[in-house]
Amino acid sequence: MKGVHPAEHKAVSNQTPIAPGPRPSQLVLPLNMHLGAPARPIVAVGDRVLKGQMLAEPAGAVSAALHAPTSGTVVALGPRPIQHPSGMDALCIVLEPDGEDQWAPRQPVADHTRLGPGKLVAMLRDAGVAGLGGAGFPTSVKVNLGDHQRVEQLIINAVECEPYITADDRLMRERAGEIVTGIQILQYLLNPHDTLIGIEDNKPEAIAALRAACADSDIEIRVVPTKYPSGGEKQLIQLLTGKEVPSGSIPAQCGVVCQNVGTAWAVKRAVRDGEPLLSRITTVTGDAVARPGNYEVWLGTPVADLLRHAGVDRGRLGRLVMGGPMMGFTLHDPSVPLVKTSNCVIAASTEELPEPPPEQACIRCGACAEVCPANLLPQQLYWYAKTDDFERAQHHNLMDCIECGACAYVCPSHIPLVQYYRYAKGEIRTQTAEQIKADRARERFEARQARLEQEQAEKEARRRARLEANRKKQEAPADSNPGAGDEKLAALKKEVGQASSAYKAAVKAAKTAEAQETDNAAELRARADSLKAEADRAKAALRDAKAGAPAAPAPTPPPIPDASSAPADPAAGAPAVDTEGAAKRQKRLKALKTAYNIAHKQYKEAHAALERAERGGQESDEAITAMHTKVEKLKGKANHSRDALDALMEQAKADILARTGKDLKTLKLDAARAESALRDKADELARRRDTSDADTLETLNSELDALQEHAQLTRLALKTAVEEQGLVEE
Amino acid sequence: MTTVLIAIAALLGLAALFGALLGYASEKFKVEGDPIVEQIDALLPQTQCGQCGHPGCRPYAEAIAEGEEHNLCPPGGETTVEALSELLGREVLPLDNEGAEDASVERVAYIREDECIGCTKCIQACPVDAIVGAAKQMHTVIADECTGCDLCVEPCPVDCIDMIERPVTLATWTWDRPAGIGRRPEQRIEVVNL
Repeated sequence: MKGVHPAEHKAVSNQTPIAPGPRPSQLVLPLNMHLGAPARPIVAVGDRVLKGQMLAEPAGAVSAALHAPTSGTVVALGPRPIQHPSGMDALCIVLEPDGEDQWAPRQPVADHTRLGPGKLVAMLRDAGVAGLGGAGFPTSVKVNLGDHQRVEQLIINAVECEPYITADDRLMRERAGEIVTGIQILQYLLNPHDTLIGIEDNKPEAIAALRAACADSDIEIRVVPTKYPSGGEKQLIQLLTGKEVPSGSIPAQCGVVCQNVGTAWAVKRAVRDGEPLLSRITTVTGDAVARPGNYEVWLGTPVADLLRHAGVDRGRLGRLVMGGPMMGFTLHDPSVPLVKTSNCVIAASTEELPEPPPEQACIRCGACAEVCPANLLPQQLYWYAKTDDFERAQHHNLMDCIECGACAYVCPSHIPLVQYYRYAKGEIRTQTAEQIKADRARERFEARQARLEQEQAEKEARRRARLEANRKKQEAPADSNPGAGDEKLAALKKEVGQASSAYKAAVKAAKTAEAQETDNAAELRARADSLKAEADRAKAALRDAKAGAPAAPAPTPPPIPDASSAPADPAAGAPAVDTEGAAKRQKRLKALKTAYNIAHKQYKEAHAALERAERGGQESDEAITAMHTKVEKLKGKANHSRDALDALMEQAKADILARTGKDLKTLKLDAARAESALRDKADELARRRDTSDADTLETLNSELDALQEHAQLTRLALKTAVEEQGLVEE
Repeated sequence: MTTVLIAIAALLGLAALFGALLGYASEKFKVEGDPIVEQIDALLPQTQCGQCGHPGCRPYAEAIAEGEEHNLCPPGGETTVEALSELLGREVLPLDNEGAEDASVERVAYIREDECIGCTKCIQACPVDAIVGAAKQMHTVIADECTGCDLCVEPCPVDCIDMIERPVTLATWTWDRPAGIGRRPEQRIEVVNL
């Protein structure tokens, strides 16, 4: 494997045993300490919690729980700066320790084999165990592979290849027994063929301690030469097994599972001691601290507290790095908390980690390609990232870059290569997300277009059907009365026109005669009057003809339905109302109304003509009698249709009574009463909103809801009743 | 003579067979639509904003395929113009955005819900059905589905819709591009208030 040999600086921190960490006044616990979905808080501000009590539950398949590292009170739940190179805030639970460190009940499991794999995995999930090596992948997901996947090698990563960091080194020296127990639990879960511990040859004490602890087990310790970055997951797998994990796949697909040595320790604590992941070993190192070493810190401890605890010299502090010098990032704010993945804090002086020199042009020396542990072409990737040619960068497997920084370490031009790759990776991720979003937008747009088109088509079809129906309706009467009526009407019209023009001429002549006081004025006036009567008669005849013509062949039922025909309606007596009957009745009602209107109008007109004739006194008695008869006849006709209409209405109302037990009037009254009660209650609520307490308002609200429901019901009852009986028009 | 007839019959038979085969294949494997339109449509940002003068991205893709300029898409920006030029073998034209707002900032519509009167006009305007609500009920935007096309802003009778910038979250944050030759890498901030 290719790699580099940076100065180790490990002796700075690995000389002293693991010391207890600080006891800060506040713990800040980010909900996304791990990889995957942020945990879901299950405590509220002000809750008192015990040590080991769950504060947030795992949300989703890839997620881990979060626990209180000590007893105390939850004082806040909000955004705080977290361990992220962006320096952005994320949702955190802030816990104020009460100093008592009082444990919640624990449930240690002495023999994990009796628990069964399913329960064991759930236990790890609830204990919030996540990879302590760096990525923080939830362990419960990694050990829950399913039966179809055979694990050939379980690799315990104890390489710790990055300079400065000694957390795993000290852990192995001091707690090798616990680690081995943890490995045995993992073995039980994964049932691997071989179990290998990979460790670098620069940790002889740790190797000796592990050898002693593994003496009577089937765990094999493989010492690898010191080289950065042999602790990379895929690099270590290749180093120990010779298997190369293909691009884009995970080790499990090659039958290998890799776990950090610290994770093995956390697994043991979770199962054997019933202690969820509450603390971790973090290295504090660098020239600026007086007591460099490893500290067992509570999760959520702010970096500033840890540095003060280790005796930081603020004057000497030049750069604060979280993680190792190769892959870590500069901290923006020392108030960020230490989390499950925080293995190291470097408080370096300016001489120790100087400002990187300015970037120079690439001289194409190829040194980067010689050290790249992933066998990529860093130089090509650099050019593509620099020119935003992300497609080519992807073709050159940019996504396989593990961002170890070996290329940047050897670059004679001091090009920040890793930052270029991170930039390009970020852009590629953004573009992919945008592409997905664009595809979804297109789908939605097209679905909407299709929907609109369909609606349009339906509307068009309805319009056509309506037109067609209208056309048929108009054709039908024309067919049944072929022209005869029309001719008669035309003749009558002509007659009326002639009569009225003769009358007008006569009036004019009479007026002129009167003005000139000629002798024949009276004669002329009489003539005009007689002409007028004639014109009126003609007009009345035309009206009759007009009213009669459409009335006779009209599609409406006979305008004088006798009382016997109305109750004979098929829907009338039937208790079960069929919609067809309702529609029929509605049609009948409409027809009757039209018939009544026509008859009534005719009667009025005839009556007016009669009055005029009587006033004029010019008509012969015979004519007046004829008119009288006609008026009477029309009156009878109108009354008849009104009676038929009333009968039908009464019958409908009776049906409503029969069906609902209430008559229409009661139904209407009910609906109106419910409405007004609802309005009153709403008014009252509005009035008392500001003055009353929450309980009263609650009651009022529920009352209002009940009233609303009642009003709706009565409204509905009325509507159904009316619709059932075809009274919609009413 | 019979040999000639057999030969002719055989050739005719073969011709008929292959003709039928080709006819069947042309029906069976018929290419639906214009593939170039699909390709153009895939490059457009699917904002459906109509700033190009077409009622959506697909109609614009069809128009481009028929010869319309390919630089009328402000949300796509220069990158879309370049990609289209490459696809179509046309000249790279300067983006015609007529002083439109900076398209690099992603925006999302936000309805001030207190002021919404429930007129449903914005719902009808939204090209991707990203606004939910009913008549006389307050409306709201499904932020994940909003393309930031602005089309809902204009129809609102009470002007209660704002276009706000999509904030950067931990999930969408990315590293900046290094400053370049001659500069030191940035994104390191001095340690303060320790």
